[in-house]
Amino acid sequence: MPFESLSERIQMSLRRITGRGRLNENDIDEMMKEVRLSLLEADVNYKVVKMFIADVKEQALGEKIMKSLTPGDQVIKIVHDELKKLMGDEEAPVKYRTSGGPSVFMLVGLQGAGKTTHCGKLATYLRKKDKKRPLLIAADIYRPAAIQQLVTVGKQLGIEVFEMGTETPVKEIVSKGIAYAKKMNNDLVIIDTAGRLHIDDVLMKELDDVVKLAKPDEVLLTIDAMMGQDAINVIQTFNEKLPLTGCILTKLDGDTRGGAALSIRYLTQVPIKFVGVGEKLDQLEVFHPDRMAGRILGMGDVVTLIEQATENIDENEALKIYEKIQKGVYNYNDFLKQLKWIKRMGSIKGLLGLIPGLGAKLRNVDIDEKQFLYIEAIIGSMTPEERKNPELIAKSASRRERITKGSGRSYQEVNNLTKRFDDMKKQMQSFSGMSEDEINYKMKTGQGLPQQKVKKGKGKGKGNFKF
Amino acid sequence: MGLFSIFKKNKEKKEEAKKYRIGMEKTRKGAFSRLTGLFKSHNQITDDLFDELEEIFVMADMGVETVVEFIDELKSDVRTKNITNASELQPIIVDKMFDIYLKGEIVNSNLRVNKNGLSVYLFVGVNGVGKTTTIAKVAHKLKKEGKKVIIAAADTFRAGATEQLSIWADRVGCKVVVGAEKADPSSVIFEAIKVAKQGNYDVLLCDTAGRLQTKVNLMKELEKMKKVISREVEGAPQDTLLVIDATTGQNGLVQAKAFIEATEVSGVVLTKLDGTAKGGIVLAIREKYNVPIKFVCLGEHLEDIEYFDIEKYVYGLFADIIDENDE
Repeated sequence: MPFESLSERIQMSLRRITGRGRLNENDIDEMMKEVRLSLLEADVNYKVVKMFIADVKEQALGEKIMKSLTPGDQVIKIVHDELKKLMGDEEAPVKYRTSGGPSVFMLVGLQGAGKTTHCGKLATYLRKKDKKRPLLIAADIYRPAAIQQLVTVGKQLGIEVFEMGTETPVKEIVSKGIAYAKKMNNDLVIIDTAGRLHIDDVLMKELDDVVKLAKPDEVLLTIDAMMGQDAINVIQTFNEKLPLTGCILTKLDGDTRGGAALSIRYLTQVPIKFVGVGEKLDQLEVFHPDRMAGRILGMGDVVTLIEQATENIDENEALKIYEKIQKGVYNYNDFLKQLKWIKRMGSIKGLLGLIPGLGAKLRNVDIDEKQFLYIEAIIGSMTPEERKNPELIAKSASRRERITKGSGRSYQEVNNLTKRFDDMKKQMQSFSGMSEDEINYKMKTGQGLPQQKVKKGKGKGKGNFKF
Repeated sequence: MGLFSIFKKNKEKKEEAKKYRIGMEKTRKGAFSRLTGLFKSHNQITDDLFDELEEIFVMADMGVETVVEFIDELKSDVRTKNITNASELQPIIVDKMFDIYLKGEIVNSNLRVNKNGLSVYLFVGVNGVGKTTTIAKVAHKLKKEGKKVIIAAADTFRAGATEQLSIWADRVGCKVVVGAEKADPSSVIFEAIKVAKQGNYDVLLCDTAGRLQTKVNLMKELEKMKKVISREVEGAPQDTLLVIDATTGQNGLVQAKAFIEATEVSGVVLTKLDGTAKGGIVLAIREKYNVPIKFVCLGEHLEDIEYFDIEKYVYGLFADIIDENDE
């Protein structure tokens, strides 16, 4: 099975080295092999992998790892830190022009990388974040309907698009577009250029001409995150022929591990500035090197998870619910509130995928997000009294029947929900009184999460099943 | 007889493969050009040689797992066949590449045809691989073969997609059925099938919006389109073609798996092979999921599309080695 996470791979290789307390050089080599395969499977360039492994190995041979009781974790940490370092420790902001007309940004790249869409994304992002008044210039005169596409994108965002059709030379479009921006008091111009192969000398020259004419503050290479080994040829050639100031890595919302990102930084000094994470025009994010490191290693992304949680959850509210759990008075209203927080944070599968170790396992699991709607529907059919006192429902079959009718779900689903709610409540209460170590122990020994009880035989128990 | 010797001896075959040779010149000039040098600098078969071979194939995006197996097989061949001279490896490598693709079967790259009327072909793939342009090229090719071709513009999502397809169709000189903006793509296809049947068309090509394979809802939408097609035309779609960009890396395998599950992909179209990318991932797709390549696109013009021919493709990759041995 391809695409295992690095940590799984390392654990496997460690298991092969059994019964020895300390590692020798051969063991480290064995682990490095796994690191190597993992990086190659993430599409990190072969040459980059080679150099990278040499660096990491040198560090891994140091005393610390050899004597460590958890050498696997140590190796992963070294690899992760090294990756992070390589991708630039900090985020790289865009540069604006301070005087003499609007700032000029230019997007370049291969066909199908996502330039036109990202012109729109970037414009709306900078309008919101830096209060810019952007103008888009449609300079892709080659691809059929590229201009219409940009115009449509502009219309959706309420951002003006300057275009002169497909018959005017690119240089003229750009110079007139910038003049128009000055007149209209736009302080930012974003130029959409035609996609081109890096080996197409004529078209590369055209871009160079535009650069000389427009003197852009940012020349951003738009690059598909799914790109394989050839990424370095593209990046290096674009970087040689044009003064690139940064990259936009697109289509990162798929399941690609995006090793190209590492190659970009290793072989050129061009920073990655933005990542495209969805088809909607507001789905653009600033690039975070540490998160990308985790992603390339298939390690999940806890930072994003925490960030989304803090953005969407009110801490005071959370504290109140925690107190209620401790007192054992947690009810359906609290449950509903928590569900809403989770929903605000995005898709469940996306969220779970951010948890280290889960990402790879979830790859083929389909999570039906509608389940949450159903739960909401069921809770919505409870009376305020019932929501406050879950016992009322647990005790009364007729209440459950009424809720069934009200919510349009099946009796079984209502039953399941109330039962699981009870289990969950007990579990949470028992956790809340424990220290962290106790919880860890319980989780490890498998006593942690409540198992759903399987009913044996028919007619047993008190649930009067009537259908 | 292995492929290596076929091309070595047969001038006619070489002539046929010329278009691949030219189209893939840049492809070959990358990592593969090193192969020739490699065999010059190594007389002995050493671990270094295998390392370099591995590098060359990984750089071609052949799929890490496929390459590892490939190198292991080579190593065992060296042992069992008592090969000592590095140059003896050349024909073995070329022939092995061939075997990876064929797997002892006869692979037909022709499109499946409905003998009783309309043939429907559905084009699917992630964003930006070149679906719309490919459809124009296929339309042009089939039209030249004497088929009456109609196109369904079922990418109702991306801004400008319908206009793009219409402009291409104008150039090809063929009819397009267009739906309202943001219309259900299945409804556009349904309408197109109706028009195609009434107008006695031979072929319907269906363009779809690009979608990442991780988007469950969009993959379901594809299933629906497929259902509509097979309900309206018996045995259709005759082929569902997954369009893959030659620059795609390991994610190509994941794409193939997901699209196969959703739409029973029956063939692959490899685009943008005129760059420096090798498109090796399609070999891994064939090896792992048994899906053959049907077309390759070798340039930006309407004519720059060819039915896939593994012999020519491998020749395109290794022309330098094969021809050099010739001289």
